[in-house]
Amino acid sequence: MMLRLITLLLLPALCLAEPVLNVGSKRFTESYILGEIIAQTVNAAGEARAVHKQGLGNTGIVFAALRSGAIDVYPEYTGTIAFELLGRKTPAGLEEIGRELAPLGLGVAVPLGFDNTYALAMREERAAALGISSISDLSRHADLRPGISQEFLNRKDGWPALQQAYRLPFPAPRGLDHGLAYEALTSGQVDVIDIYTTDAKIGKYHLRALADDRGFFPAYNAVLIYRLDLPQRFPGSWAALQQLQGRISTQRMIALNAEVELSGMSFAAAAGQFLAAPETAPGRAARHDRASFAAMLFGADLGRLTLQHLLLVFASLALSVAAGIPFGIWASRSSRAAYWILASVGVLQTIPSLALLAFLITLMGTIGTAPAIIALFLYALLPIVRNTHSGLVDIAMPLRESAQALGLPAAARLRLIELPLAARSILAGIKTSAVINVGTATIAAFIGAGGYGERIVAGLAVNDNAMLLAGAVPAAALALLIQWAFDALERRVIPEGLR
Amino acid sequence: MIALENVSKTYGVHAALWPTTLEIEQGRTTVLIGPSGCGKSTLLRMIVGLIHSDSGRVVIGDEVLHPDNIERLRHGIGYVIQEGGLFPHLTAGRNVALLARFLKHGEDWIAGRMTALANLVRIPVELLQRFPRDLSGGQRQRIGLMRALMLDPPVLLLDEPLGALDPITRYGLQDELKAIFGALGKTVVLVTHDMNEAAFFGDTIVMMREGRIVQRGRLDDLLHRPAEEYVRDFIRAQRTTLPTP
Repeated sequence: MMLRLITLLLLPALCLAEPVLNVGSKRFTESYILGEIIAQTVNAAGEARAVHKQGLGNTGIVFAALRSGAIDVYPEYTGTIAFELLGRKTPAGLEEIGRELAPLGLGVAVPLGFDNTYALAMREERAAALGISSISDLSRHADLRPGISQEFLNRKDGWPALQQAYRLPFPAPRGLDHGLAYEALTSGQVDVIDIYTTDAKIGKYHLRALADDRGFFPAYNAVLIYRLDLPQRFPGSWAALQQLQGRISTQRMIALNAEVELSGMSFAAAAGQFLAAPETAPGRAARHDRASFAAMLFGADLGRLTLQHLLLVFASLALSVAAGIPFGIWASRSSRAAYWILASVGVLQTIPSLALLAFLITLMGTIGTAPAIIALFLYALLPIVRNTHSGLVDIAMPLRESAQALGLPAAARLRLIELPLAARSILAGIKTSAVINVGTATIAAFIGAGGYGERIVAGLAVNDNAMLLAGAVPAAALALLIQWAFDALERRVIPEGLR
Repeated sequence: MIALENVSKTYGVHAALWPTTLEIEQGRTTVLIGPSGCGKSTLLRMIVGLIHSDSGRVVIGDEVLHPDNIERLRHGIGYVIQEGGLFPHLTAGRNVALLARFLKHGEDWIAGRMTALANLVRIPVELLQRFPRDLSGGQRQRIGLMRALMLDPPVLLLDEPLGALDPITRYGLQDELKAIFGALGKTVVLVTHDMNEAAFFGDTIVMMREGRIVQRGRLDDLLHRPAEEYVRDFIRAQRTTLPTP
């Protein structure tokens, strides 16, 4: 079963000998669209087949993917490269950035023509009522609640520096997912959010972008960051990509973002619309009907996503069982070992998933299924180790001693007596891990490993609840199904005398 | 022959058993008796190696008990605890045959032996299909005895074997056990806190108190020549106020 799954998933890669150019993108609308524009441009050049690994977790993950060679190129912003990736204190021009990236085997090129920098925004009515039009004005309103995206909150050039530059009086702000920040603002849970200057929703949510009156935000010019071997490997594709230089204006980018986020156009369609007529933006964004929830749920990708999800869940579960039960047995043999083993698997559980994924990508030098399975494997260890340990140490002393007194060697006692007596507890641990894995596996989409998380991530990026649910519902259904399957398995595996 | 030579056991500062030497008579029944915590179970469990003595040694036959030979020596010792200590995930029959199967005895031999033992302990053969939870306390005890006797060991150790049974079942099983011990001629060591049971079974009675042996002798010796006042008190404490019908 597992072997067939793996074969099915690897088949496309094995069959197509055509050279592949891997394009990455980050987990927000603009990056998805630019990734699609790059991929379609490459495909149109006809030299290589572009694979768009879209919606990768965050800057750290997508950059790790680029350095490891899992992707060849992705759209990035000069400010992000200078501050985040190169750790500079000051902004830098394209040439300087290029010199500093060269030792990493990377380069920047093809400025696309627009600047997508950060801005702070408030609801228009509220800003008007309070008389706030610039960021400086905020310093007079210490009672306002900022809701800042996790990424901006943690960047060197982000919130901490901004707060210092403007002497903003706010306490530590709430970290929000960028896609959810608008809802939080509209429902009045927060008063100030960070936005991008090409944000499609400025009009829809009646936002006032506050003036950067002290010139804090540096330029975030959109460029391509790529592996230096790309132009040699695919000169034709590279030449085609050069044609994108300076072709996307800020207004055009806002319009493209709005097509996707507000009018329901797909990323690919928006990219296609741009490539068909790069010079002329359509006057008004036409209303595209979003696919219905049912159509999205049973979309053409359902089978592929299900297979990917099952592979992630069961491959990692198999590893967890193979490692977790021996560790649980070891822990049951010595309270000293138990202390260290249970503490270690417990600590693993507390590592944030994105941090773990970013670490594994660097360690393994690749994105996709392999690091995702390792991460899920680590998360699934705790219930299995703990239940194996407790199942074994909870065996009544008279039974343990009876087995010893019979003259059975330790290995035989374990196999014939102790493991069967602990079977119920061990199986319950495996079931817990399997069900939790179904949920956790949705994060695999952050690193391009597919599964139902792909829909959830994309749904979050464009604030499309139907798409989000089209990923969440099958994941929940799968969790229930696995729960039932284990209940059935329990009736077969648990010895009759223990039921 | 079983000999405990200068064995002792201390947990922290608490001495469960002071240095003790005891020889067990071959082919006879020795009863270890005393109140809870007197060390009688500790002594019994040392014989089968469930507790390791802090000092001295345990000799079984002509071998000193040692981690290298412990499993082989255990095959020559039947060990029965309260309620039989049956494994709940195995049927009664599989409990009985567990060790024989592990040691690769033939299925024919196992079946024959089980039938003979079922007759001996008066268990209907059908009951061997049941799981322990579906058996009465007395039945579990008989199955536990069958399991202990499966490989026909020369030594039989019983730790309060009748402790959890109701009086009628207990009374009946006492008779049967005594008949079985007499018929098989095994070396039996039985732990109890009941003086009547000790008097009923014991060729030799070893009375213990607070981790020491107080007196070792025949019933007659304990009754008429008590080593100290404690022996007299212990026997008197178990008087019956009921007239024998």
